[in-house]
Amino acid sequence: MKHLLQTLKANLPKECQFYTEHNQITVLAPSQSIVECCKTLKKHAELKFDILIDLCGIDYLSYGVGEWDTVSTTATGYSRATNNKPDESKWPLPRLAVVYHLLSTHLNHRVRLKAFIKSDPPEIESICSVYKHANWYEREAYDLFGIIFNNHPDLRRILTDYGFKGFPFRKDFPISGHVEVRYDEAEKRCIYEPTSIDPRVTVPKVVRDDSRYLKGK
Amino acid sequence: MSDLSHYTVNFGPQHPSAHGVLRLILELKGEVITDVDTHIGLLHRATEKLAESKPFNHSIGYMDRLDYVSMMCNEHAYVMAIEQLLGVNPPKRAQYIRVMFDEITRILNHLMWLGAHAMDLGAVSVFLYCFQAREDLMDCYEAVSGARMHATYYRPGGVYRDLPNSMPNYEPNRWRTEKEIEILNENRQGSLLDFVENFIKAFPGKIDEYENLLTDNRIWKQRTVDIGIVSPSLARKLGFSGPMLRGSGINWDLRKDQPYAVYNELDFDVPLGSKGDCYDRYLIRIEEMRQSTRIIEQCIAWLRANPGPVMTNNKKVAPPKRIKMKDDMEALIHHFKLFTEGYIIPPGETYAAVEHPKGEFGIYLVSDGSNKPYRLKIRPAGFTHLQALGELSKGLMIADLVTILSSIDVVFGDIDR
Repeated sequence: MKHLLQTLKANLPKECQFYTEHNQITVLAPSQSIVECCKTLKKHAELKFDILIDLCGIDYLSYGVGEWDTVSTTATGYSRATNNKPDESKWPLPRLAVVYHLLSTHLNHRVRLKAFIKSDPPEIESICSVYKHANWYEREAYDLFGIIFNNHPDLRRILTDYGFKGFPFRKDFPISGHVEVRYDEAEKRCIYEPTSIDPRVTVPKVVRDDSRYLKGK
Repeated sequence: MSDLSHYTVNFGPQHPSAHGVLRLILELKGEVITDVDTHIGLLHRATEKLAESKPFNHSIGYMDRLDYVSMMCNEHAYVMAIEQLLGVNPPKRAQYIRVMFDEITRILNHLMWLGAHAMDLGAVSVFLYCFQAREDLMDCYEAVSGARMHATYYRPGGVYRDLPNSMPNYEPNRWRTEKEIEILNENRQGSLLDFVENFIKAFPGKIDEYENLLTDNRIWKQRTVDIGIVSPSLARKLGFSGPMLRGSGINWDLRKDQPYAVYNELDFDVPLGSKGDCYDRYLIRIEEMRQSTRIIEQCIAWLRANPGPVMTNNKKVAPPKRIKMKDDMEALIHHFKLFTEGYIIPPGETYAAVEHPKGEFGIYLVSDGSNKPYRLKIRPAGFTHLQALGELSKGLMIADLVTILSSIDVVFGDIDR
């Protein structure tokens, strides 16, 4: 573990930041050097990360923003959670990130790579040239988060419906979506209509900052 | 007759060997496949997004519905991720119960796979045999959790309850005579462990029966040997895991290499293939079932000898006993908090992976210090494998595509999530 961390520090670009959490190493890599990082991780004799286990997007828009204010409790009713409007984001870093999980079956170790994307629209280089099987994972991250992977061989939507609009896993996309589909007897085909239900919070998200919950930090 | 030229064929989404809802657009030259365009997502239910809107415990049930033929293994990865973030250690007995049910699940999954695989290749009777054996294992699920499939049995900090001391019996009805009912109830007189032990004793004989039907069967071999060969280097390049990787002869099993729960205390072997074709993957899964019976046997012995708690006593995570709530205010408060708000997980992120019957199943969990997951990413086992379908089937006949597809062991619950 320590040895791996040292090897990573010695071989990855200088701008990378490293931290360990729950016995797992995370590397914060600059988004412009992601392909270079992956190449090093795959080829270096003491790293040899041969398999990309997972690649996913993450949206930090409402990180640490609760739906239920726990400081002044009884003055407001249950409705304080149901009108769910994300406050000003408290997240200091760029909003979108791509997370890569790599595994070495030769040397039996893992690493997590994280790259924050500053540009708008979010763009990052595809790593398909290094890990061929990143293809579908990148398509998924594009589909759900709208992250554009440059030089990807075939960047199409993968999980959502044909003709789907929007990026559903972003935090500002409502959980009930924008359109619903039904079969129309008169037109003899499936038609799309605006959703007829309002999103409702059944259990509000509560962020508790008291010391009991900060021990794990 | 004119020359056969190019065809574009739409395979699925409603096709019996599309294993649910897979749509393939095949480019054919005569009967030879030149290109495959795989369309997935027809079963996409946005599980990850749904989980982000609910307290942690509410999503355990969603895990069952991912890969719906290996339910408890999915739960295992999820509760492991939560436990890592909370720093909670489940009691050892709970871990043994989990391992036992993981292996029961592995047998369930492999039986389903074997039945479906054989049926795809035209051998219908194997399917019936497999489902008969699955029925007993489903009864084990039902005995511990009350549900035959979607168990929600594993909980952060342990399992929902201890193994029951009695098995439910068939009740008298007008369709069966008393004698028939008696025969059906014969192996249900003791505890759940007795029932499982009974099953485990008989099961290797049943595997022999399946093998009698298939292993040396000439048609079976003609359909599977040398079809869909994956060399070790190709397996790595395609990012395989689980039986797909071991089929190509790469010795990689998370239960051995990165042991979780109590796998490091158990004795079992990891079968490896030599060629990496569909036949090898078939043999490996058969052998894995035999190894699973070995693991279950050891678990039964341990569980018999070591009674104890099956849930952590951390009351911020585990609900209190019902009886305690009658006169203990603390217990009542804990109960109320747990079932309204849930528990808070300190900010952090973790990745927990298990050796799922289909490969590596992982949960990447990010918490921002609230009672709901901030981001939950499910790393399905079949996603990467299905991605390789095009590469493996190019240049083969259309019938071989079906063989390869079912030898991958795809279930769309977890590929589409």
